[in-house]
Amino acid sequence: MSTFSVFGIAGSGMNAQSLRLNLVASNIANANSVSSSVEEVYKSRQPVFAAELNKLNDKSKTGSGVRIKGIVESDAPTIMEYNPNHPMANKDGYIFKPNVDTIEEMANMMSASRSYQNNVEVFNTSKQQILQTLRMGQ
Amino acid sequence: MTISFDNALGLHPQALALRERRGEVLASNLANSETPEYKARDLDFSSVLRKEMNVGNKGLNRTHNAHFQTSNTLLGGEVKYRIPNQASLDGNTVEAHIEQTKHAENSVQYQASLTFLNGKFSGLMTAIRGE
Repeated sequence: MSTFSVFGIAGSGMNAQSLRLNLVASNIANANSVSSSVEEVYKSRQPVFAAELNKLNDKSKTGSGVRIKGIVESDAPTIMEYNPNHPMANKDGYIFKPNVDTIEEMANMMSASRSYQNNVEVFNTSKQQILQTLRMGQ
Repeated sequence: MTISFDNALGLHPQALALRERRGEVLASNLANSETPEYKARDLDFSSVLRKEMNVGNKGLNRTHNAHFQTSNTLLGGEVKYRIPNQASLDGNTVEAHIEQTKHAENSVQYQASLTFLNGKFSGLMTAIRGE
């Protein structure tokens, strides 16, 4: 029903932003997870969002929510550090650090939480409106 | 004699429906504020209203029973794309602050339509009671 689709849209936005916040948390938590090879080291994870295109192209439907298309691992080079005394060092004495940029992740976190707040605001306003409409004529 | 709600309530039910639809479009703009290549959209209320006012609610004359009834609802409002003030690199044209203000504007206008409708209803109730 069209009246309630705004809840679905705002809900999909909240869902997407909370996934983004989860990924930020995971990235920051693992920012210092040292490993002994490039393959094993943690790589920064980022979500990919897409609009629900099937609804976007349908003229009868105006709103479209967010779809989480997938999660990609960053291609940025991991940090290789010469530290032979480290317990995780490989036979050449190198350790590998994740390619997580903590400053970028902090900015990402703020952006995600603001977007989440926006969606919550839309949700609340729509809820108020519909409740008032239900009381119409009384 | 029956009360025709269409005549009694005027344009307000359609206006309310349009506000609701616009709220939906604005909600999807805000939900997709981080989606690459998403283009912000909006309903052009004033052009729809002008069209309604000029043509009048009559629309086309039906000279034969088999003619289709032209719709006189405001719901045929066209969805248009917003022109961004500052376009972003990922092709997204949603500017959160603009969407927020539009959303606030729309919800106030929704309230206004609702108030008008409630006024109409209480007028009808007074007429029915005849006190």
